[in-house]
This record gives sequence, C-alpha cells and structure tokens, in this order.
Amino acid sequence: MTLPLKELLYAPAAPLAAFAAKAHALWAARGLPSSVLDLLFQLAIAAAVSGFITVNALFIIWFDRKIAALMQLRKGPNRVGPFGLLQTLADTLKLLSKEDLNPRGIDPLAFWLAPLLVFIPAFAVFLVIPFGDGLIAGDLNIGILYILAISGLSVIGILSAGWGSNNKYSLIGGLRSAAQMVSYEVPMMLAILPVVMLTGSMRMGAIVDAQAGYGWFAFMQPVAFVIFLIAGNAEVNRAPFDLPEAESELVAGFNTEYSAMKFSLFFLAEYTNLFLTSAIAVSLFLGGWEGPFLPPVVWFLLKTYFVITLLCWARWTFPRIRVDQLMQFSWKYLLPIALANLLLSAAAMKLL
Amino acid sequence: MPVQAPFELEKLSNKEYILNMGPQHPSTHGVLRVVLKLEGELVKDVFPDVGYIHSGVEKLCENRTYPAIVPYLDRLDYLGAVNLEWAYVLAVEKLCGIQVPERAEYIRVILAELNRVMSHLLWYSAFGMDVGALTPIFYAFREREEIIALVEAATGGRLTHNALRIGGFRNDLPKDFLPGLSRFLSSFEKKVDEYEALLIDNVILTARTRGVGVLDPELAVNYGVTGPSLRGSGPAWDLRRTAPYSVYGKFDFRVPVSEGRDTWSRLKVRMDEMRESAKILRQAAAALPAGEVSAKVPRVLKPAPGEAYARVESPRGEFGAWVVSDGTERPYRVKFRSPSFSNLSVLREIAVGCNIADIIAIMGSLDLVIPEIDR
Repeated sequence: MTLPLKELLYAPAAPLAAFAAKAHALWAARGLPSSVLDLLFQLAIAAAVSGFITVNALFIIWFDRKIAALMQLRKGPNRVGPFGLLQTLADTLKLLSKEDLNPRGIDPLAFWLAPLLVFIPAFAVFLVIPFGDGLIAGDLNIGILYILAISGLSVIGILSAGWGSNNKYSLIGGLRSAAQMVSYEVPMMLAILPVVMLTGSMRMGAIVDAQAGYGWFAFMQPVAFVIFLIAGNAEVNRAPFDLPEAESELVAGFNTEYSAMKFSLFFLAEYTNLFLTSAIAVSLFLGGWEGPFLPPVVWFLLKTYFVITLLCWARWTFPRIRVDQLMQFSWKYLLPIALANLLLSAAAMKLL
Repeated sequence: MPVQAPFELEKLSNKEYILNMGPQHPSTHGVLRVVLKLEGELVKDVFPDVGYIHSGVEKLCENRTYPAIVPYLDRLDYLGAVNLEWAYVLAVEKLCGIQVPERAEYIRVILAELNRVMSHLLWYSAFGMDVGALTPIFYAFREREEIIALVEAATGGRLTHNALRIGGFRNDLPKDFLPGLSRFLSSFEKKVDEYEALLIDNVILTARTRGVGVLDPELAVNYGVTGPSLRGSGPAWDLRRTAPYSVYGKFDFRVPVSEGRDTWSRLKVRMDEMRESAKILRQAAAALPAGEVSAKVPRVLKPAPGEAYARVESPRGEFGAWVVSDGTERPYRVKFRSPSFSNLSVLREIAVGCNIADIIAIMGSLDLVIPEIDR
C-alpha cells in the first residue's frame, strides 16, 4: 500500500477517516470492543501531540534566541548541530543531569505539583488547535471555552510554586502572576467574543472555515486582534509583561528555587504557551491553516511563527512594565476598549 | 558582623515583611545589601547596608609610596578610573607644587571625558537591564568597546587604566589615537540620539520613572548628593564649571540640568552629558598643544609636611582626595570622598512609598558603584 502523501499533506481529513474506518472494521472483525480502539487512537494522538510539543519547543527556544541575537548584534547559538539547532537539546540534557534541589522549609506538595500544574494545561489546550484541514485532535463544539478554561488553570501552578518555595521572591512572583493572569483573561475573552459572534460557533474548525478566502478576522476585527496579542503576551508572562519572573527585581520570581527537571518543565511550559497563544491568534484572526499552494500545516506553522516573531520583537525591545501600571493597563484601557469594540461589532452585525 | 536594619521583626505589623535584597542580587550592581520593609509590593522603609567589599584602601595607601597609590584609585570606581586617579594626582601635585605641562592637561581631559562616556554608556546598559530591557546593553557596548580600544591604546588598560602619573604621563598618546578619536566622535552623537529614543524616551520607561524617586534640591544638597544625580534635581553644580580644575575653563560646554527632580530627569541628564563630553573631546583634540607630557618629578617623591585636598567631577559626582604628608615618601593619611556613598545615603529619603520595581529604577538612576562606596 502506498501512502497518499500528497493527500495527507493537503487534505488529511479523508484519508485519516478512511484509515480509522478500516481499523475499526478490522478491529470489529476480530470481535474486539471498539471503545478500546478509540482509546488507543486517543493515546496515539496524545503521543503525537507530546512529540510535537517537545520538538517544537526545541525549535522555538532556538528561534527566540536567534531573534534576540539578530536584534542584539550577536550570533546566537551556533555551535551545537547545524546553525546551533541542537543547542536546546544540549541544554535540556544538561538540566536533566542536574541535581534536583529541594530547599529547606518548602511545602512539598505545592512545590512538587507546581511544574506539572503549569505544564499540563499547556499540553491539554493542544486538543483543540487546528493544525490543518481535519488535523485537529478533538474539534470540540466549545473549543474557545475549553481554551480559556484550561489555560486559566496554569495560574494555580504558578501560585503554588510561589507559595511552596518558601521564598519571598517566589511568593511575590506567584502573587503577581495570579493578579496578572486574572486581569488579562478578561480583555482576552472580550477580544475573542466578536470572533465567536461573527462565526456563530465556538468550534475552532468552524472559526477557521469562516475565514476561508482571506476573510481574516484580523482585517474585520483589528482592535480585537491587537488586544488579543497584548493580553496573550501578558498571559504567557513574557516581556514587557514578565513581572512574575522579573529577573532584575525578583531574581527569577516564582521559579527562583526550581532546578533540574522541574525548572525545565516551567521552561517548556513557557515556550509551549507562547506557541499556543500564537497558534490561537492565527486560528482566530489570521485564517488558521488557510493559504494557497503550500500544505495547510505549513501555512499554519508559518503564520504561527510570524506571530511568535512579533511577540519576540516586543520582548526584546521594551522595558518591563510596573505592577500597578500592569493592572491599570488591563482594567482602565484594554477592558473598556475591548468592551466598546464588542458593542460596536454587535451593533454593526445587527445593522448589516 | 553585618549592620542590623533599624526595623525590628517584632515591631512589624502582620501585613509587613522584610525582604533582604542582596548582597547577592542581580540589580544591586555588586555586593550591596538593601533591606526592605514591605507591605505587599509597597516599600515602607529602606535600609542600605554597605561594607561587604570594604578593602581598606585608605589604610593600604599609608604603606605605599606616592606614585604606587595611583592603581588603587582604579579599583574604587572601575568605570571612571581616570577621573579618580586625577583627583589623587592633583592633590599630590598641589602638595609638591608640581606644574603639569599643558599637553598633559589636555590628554588628561581627553582620557577623563572618554572615561565619563564609557561610564555613562555602561550605566545606560545596566539601567536597561534593571528595568527589564535586555537589548540596549548590546548597542551601548558597541560604542563602549570602541572607547575602550582607544583608551587601551593610550594607557594599556581596558578598565583599570593606571594612566596618570604624578606630573603628567609616562608616554605620549600613540600616533593613531587622535584619528581614532575623531572617527569615533563622527558618529557618536547620532548613536546617543538613537539610544535615547530606544530606552529613555520609551513610553513604558517614561511612565515608570516620571514622578518616581523625587529628590528635592535642598534634600540633595543636605545629603551631599553630587554629579548627574544632583543635576537631575536642578542645581547646575558641576566642578568642571563651578570650580574648574586643569584646563576645563577653556572649553565651551553646557552643564545639563533638569528641573524634573525625578528618576527620569537623572536619566536624561546623563544622556545629555554624553553629548557634552563629545563636545569637550572635540575641542580638546583640536586644541591639543605640542610639548612634553610630564613635568620633572623626582624619582623619590618626598613632599614637605602638609596637606592638600583636590576634587574632580567623576562620572558619578564629586570625588575628592585628601592627602597628608609627614615628609616621608609615604603619605601619613589619605582620605577619599566618594560620590556614590553620599548618593546612596539619600535612598532612604526618596524611595519610601514606591514599590519594589521603583527601588531598582531609583538605585539605577543614582548610578552606584559599590567598591567606591565601601572603599
């Protein structure tokens, strides 16, 4: 059997469905329950997603460092592997070989659970990310709600890292993070709502489909797009919103006391969240995987990395915002603007 | 035994807590410990605890011959080394009545101003890091590297130059120094404009530093704050203008001041100072007279008993050296007046009521160099 490579790349939904049907038929012929096969499929998808996260994190960290180097008149990683691509791998191996330190006086449960609580939501949100036509692990009909609900959970992890570390810097970082993520989730949600209204669905696949033929929501909802980018950047705690780990103030903020594997989980989660925010921005505002000539997956990744470049650009240009200004910016500026934008869009939709 | 902070743990209300910032902290720029009494993120009290790298330089000087003391000055303020050497050398020259040749005076001005620009560029980079902007350092260090190369060609040292001798210099400037200097100056001011636009005029930074750490001129004078930190509050007190030493009286330059009194004004003053230093450098290079670079100084220097005090405008403010001679070849007593010490002492007055991030910005705007505080 030859693999329908071209079809798999451009329109994988049909061949995947055909494969699933065939497998189910074979499975049923042996008299086995189909729920077991479904479970196996889910596991395979989870494995694929975790594989993607790992490889992608290796690349995205390299990418961020190269962007930084480009802006800072440096060369960036260029020793390990071609163009330094394997630098992150070397760093990860180094982190794995480090001693896993547990400082005195920690709250063991909070301290140990924190990295997982931060990483699992980032992992789970991948469920509803449409990589291509039909390349979506689970196209939930409440996709948007799911994203907001699950990604909001990671604040618990950061808070428990801050609390469990028995370190004042960590505690301040954790509290900052809690305030920040709660504040910025509101304008983020309000920026997504017009898109949901325009589409009439919370399903990620439907939102991407609604933008077919260059009807990108970024053109129809520029204000919402910008607000989403700002709030999304704040959600992933990256500069200029990197207050929870503000190096020059809080040493390393909530992850001051973390080392080895636990630290690398935080690190992985940060970059995975960066990718997720960009991927969601692409799906909601930049037409998702839609695009001519190239396979949808390639378009999706290209657009996502474009958004990542924007966020990195901001990160390496701006100084850090102060904590009271952070709150003010969200509640006094982003929220009213997002609300006004929502009202205007609603009115416009009613009239048109 | 570290000094205890003046606030006791038992007296804290249950909302307040103590945070020990330093002596190992990314933003205390060396081994400085700042004890903060906080309520949430709000700073209720500050207590800078100095002395972690006290090295007893003044005492060491009593066991060194006069010329052998010069390198110690480099270690006090490793960013404005020539200026500090100058204060000490001036004091000894005053003590011995040595007349320095004019060419040497001009070269001293050139090196001192290059040092000032070097120091301000490093301050700019470090301040960027303090407020979370990680890129400016790479740009500013590009210019700084050019200056370092120039000064290294002239003195042999990149940071601790050990450039000045009592009576002048050991060697004249290398042949390609002046062309290199004019090459550097040809583009420098344009770069300063860019750097100012990148960091100092940035909307986030302006919002963070305007109205923060307000330093009243009277308070500043009472605490002996000098240098750009003082001029950011209004008084145009610059020793190069108010009490000109060497040939500074001959140059046409402005003393940048700002009426804003806040952190941002201090940043602005430093940026302007770099431009003024470039002006001085241009004039000094154009007017550099020919001649000797060193006065006739006896091999073994034994000043007559007496004392002398000399002060210069270092990048951080007024640096003074007081030298007492008892007629031997080693000084009886040497005392340095260092600007960072006075500038830091005002922190407690201006930082109460701000928050943690502001403390970092205020300390950055005071441009502290810790060895100079601890001596």
